Amino acid sequence: MLSPVLKIILRRLAFGLLTLVVISVLVFAATQALPGDTATAILGKSATPERVKVLEKQLGLDRPLYEQYFSWVAGILRGDFGNSLVGTMLPVTQMIGRRLMNTLALMLIAALIDVPTALVLGSLSGRFRDGLFDGFVSVGSLTFAALPTFVIGIMLILAFATQILQILPAVSRIEPDASVWSQMDLLWLPALTLALASAPFAVRMLRGSMIEVLESDYVQMARLKGTPERLVLQRHALPNAIVPFIQVVALDLAWMIGGVVTVEYLFNFPGIGALLVSAVSDRDVPVIQALVLLIASAYVVFNLVADILTILVTPRLRTGLQ
Amino acid sequence: MSDEHLVPPGARFVGTREVGTAEGFVDTPEHDLGLSSPRGKQRRSEWVQLLLEALHYRVTQVGLAMFLLIVTLVVVGPYVAPHSPFEFVTDPYAKPSAIAWLGGDCLGRDVLSRVLCGGRSVLILSFSATAIGMVLGVSTGLVAGYARTVVSEVIMRGLDVLLAFPQIVFVLLLISVLGPQRWLLVLGVGVTLAPPIGRVVYGTTMNVKEGDFVLAAESLGVSHLEIISSEILPNIVSPLMVEFGLNLTFAIGTIASLSFLGFGMQPPAPDWGLMINENRVGLVIQPYSVLVPTALIAILAIGANLVTDGVAHAMIGLERDTGSA
Repeated sequence: MLSPVLKIILRRLAFGLLTLVVISVLVFAATQALPGDTATAILGKSATPERVKVLEKQLGLDRPLYEQYFSWVAGILRGDFGNSLVGTMLPVTQMIGRRLMNTLALMLIAALIDVPTALVLGSLSGRFRDGLFDGFVSVGSLTFAALPTFVIGIMLILAFATQILQILPAVSRIEPDASVWSQMDLLWLPALTLALASAPFAVRMLRGSMIEVLESDYVQMARLKGTPERLVLQRHALPNAIVPFIQVVALDLAWMIGGVVTVEYLFNFPGIGALLVSAVSDRDVPVIQALVLLIASAYVVFNLVADILTILVTPRLRTGLQ
Repeated sequence: MSDEHLVPPGARFVGTREVGTAEGFVDTPEHDLGLSSPRGKQRRSEWVQLLLEALHYRVTQVGLAMFLLIVTLVVVGPYVAPHSPFEFVTDPYAKPSAIAWLGGDCLGRDVLSRVLCGGRSVLILSFSATAIGMVLGVSTGLVAGYARTVVSEVIMRGLDVLLAFPQIVFVLLLISVLGPQRWLLVLGVGVTLAPPIGRVVYGTTMNVKEGDFVLAAESLGVSHLEIISSEILPNIVSPLMVEFGLNLTFAIGTIASLSFLGFGMQPPAPDWGLMINENRVGLVIQPYSVLVPTALIAILAIGANLVTDGVAHAMIGLERDTGSA
């Protein structure tokens, strides 16, 4: 016997998995089947047709597309994304490994800055709706929501690293072999940029949910009963306002995955975002495939987690199904 | 619940409603069935009314001023630029002087002239991308919301798959295959904008379709196309205007970011995003070559977002006034 909640979660999981399969087909089709010719790309324009043929055979490019797709997927499942086509021809997994950890560290610090800030700003501006504070927060979040991430980054560099103050390094020259955590001063500016870029969405979401909860029937009811405002907030408002909060964290991380691309490029940060930019410039197909797949999967997973957690903690959704 | 959208996908009726017409229909909008009043006029007055209402808000006024400032600069700029944007007039990263008021860029070209000539691409490309996104999103959302069959399910799941890519990553994937082409930039960004628009239109269309006036039109044998264009479209005009503004803001951000990454306009073209990339090495010696284009992109994006916010407020205000609650 499956409980209805479990059933709905399993259905979401199945759909998430299906999305990943479709994405893998799309990524493969885009990079393999469309005009970009891999063998010529490696050998250069002057390659003779014979050499191109030989290399295509070596890379397995002469096989039917569906066979290539399945051997590519089988490789991925074994953790093998093939080798880079550029420079040292390192295995892609090896190229990504350390950089992935760097990117995750960057996102984690950014989330640690932006989520608590958003929680405070969002619920306060929701609580004191249409007041001076709310107006201030609203203009601030409209401004930062509109700015492209790299513009925020440039402004921070101008403020903290060059023109006004010179307290933080403008470019992250992280030693590749040492842990990121031992080089914290290099992480601050990129992390702050990411946090400022993603905070507005979290703030608006939390403000909206606070307003919704405070206007709900059960809060009105509690107030009419004469419950002290502090208890109303503690017992009735906050537990319900926490629902979007969990969603916010997951969506925040999902959003940041897109944001890291420009941030890492701007700060020369050795993560997967900067790697993606250089792979696209070099047309390094295996690296592009691996990174896009990785980023899209993380995006799907974060959204999935947000959905499932929401189902689990929303009393209405949980009980409504039984 | 995605809060990138100020307006949740849901019923957004702004249209005037008339109760009890001769045919005995209850709750029929004035422009119903295309039988009486001229439809086009009705529809236009609705969005003009929304825009006029939005202009009462301070946020709209400030946003519009910022936006128009940039548009004016982009249009007039090339005619008043003191030098050609390609001409070497001074030393690389030269300080501001009588020849080059904002100093020189990384190659000694005039920063002021390049700034005055460099805004056209971001403005045109992001407007085109938004237009493509709107057309794609509205058509898919309308069809899915109106048909409500397996087709809708397939369309909406397709949009979900597109949503699984962060915008910029999707466009980078396309660029990695076909190279940094301008049309690809516009098309790629347009496609990534479509899914959220599609969702909003889908939700609104489904709600409107429940309305009695659509049922009435259907039972009278009015064609699907006629119903979509005369009954459903007028009802989603207002949320669509907000969507347009939001997506224009996103498009400006994405296009500028892609230029900054070097995948937009190619050197030696003068382009704000590209300028920031080219000159950032000299940030310490010659800040204006980076600061000015950065500020202009910021003003443009913030302006677009503020206007959108004003329109969204006006829409909610108008709804309250017409008493559709």
